[in-house]
Amino acid sequence: MITRLSHASIYVLDQESAYDFYVNKLGFVEKMKIPIGNDAFWLTVCPKDQKEVEITLMPIHKGGMFNDEVAQNLSELVKNGTFGFGVFQCTDIYATYQELKDKGVVFTKEPTQEFYGIEAMFRDDSGNWFSLTQFKQENV
Amino acid sequence: MYMYKRIVDAKLYIDEHYLESIDLDKISDQANFSKYHFLRLFKKSFGKSPHQYLIELRLSEARRLLKNKVSVKETCFQVGFESVPSFVRLFKRREGLTPNEYAKKLDRLEQEKLASPFSFIPGCFASSYGWNKQ
Repeated sequence: MITRLSHASIYVLDQESAYDFYVNKLGFVEKMKIPIGNDAFWLTVCPKDQKEVEITLMPIHKGGMFNDEVAQNLSELVKNGTFGFGVFQCTDIYATYQELKDKGVVFTKEPTQEFYGIEAMFRDDSGNWFSLTQFKQENV
Repeated sequence: MYMYKRIVDAKLYIDEHYLESIDLDKISDQANFSKYHFLRLFKKSFGKSPHQYLIELRLSEARRLLKNKVSVKETCFQVGFESVPSFVRLFKRREGLTPNEYAKKLDRLEQEKLASPFSFIPGCFASSYGWNKQ
């Protein structure tokens, strides 16, 4: 029986810049930062109030499952905004939207009323996109 | 949206000045809210009161300083607390460990990470990406 999710990965183009985005802009906290060679890290972060799920900011570099071509193609796909990672929840979307916008986060959708709640969308510094949603109380 | 701009500005002010002595009443005045309205709106927007938020920021910075081997006393004053015993009590209540115990635990963990980094990384990632062969 699967009981919970512990790790999920996001491919990022530059770990240092991703760290700045997730920690200093989104306000996440660092969970793990362990050197793995090639100037890369096993780098995980999580929302301040959800420490049981680690989001791995995964570098794209050749080696293991990536050859040069795959690494390059994957980087292009990430940069072009191909991948939607998931949905982040917040208690008050207008305040969160305003705060993140003030910090320089790029939104592709302003807070909009949807049947499940109010949703905005933004991109991280690599190009991955996310939904930011304040769900209706009955859906939480 | 203007109302949100004001409440977010107040939060960002706390983010920038949490190490100083912050008068939350003054912040509500500057944001042009009555104290009651400010407290209500802040809690609605960020899920906690300005005071709780300020304490969390200070504790978070305290954890960072302790990780960087700053002494408990210095950490206490650097993050804006005025008394070491009350800092220690509050820290223990939130973290389950005293600042000293917390620093020792982190130090032990850092040593372990240095000695065997791949025991902290799920094996599936390390082998799929070839990190453990480098």
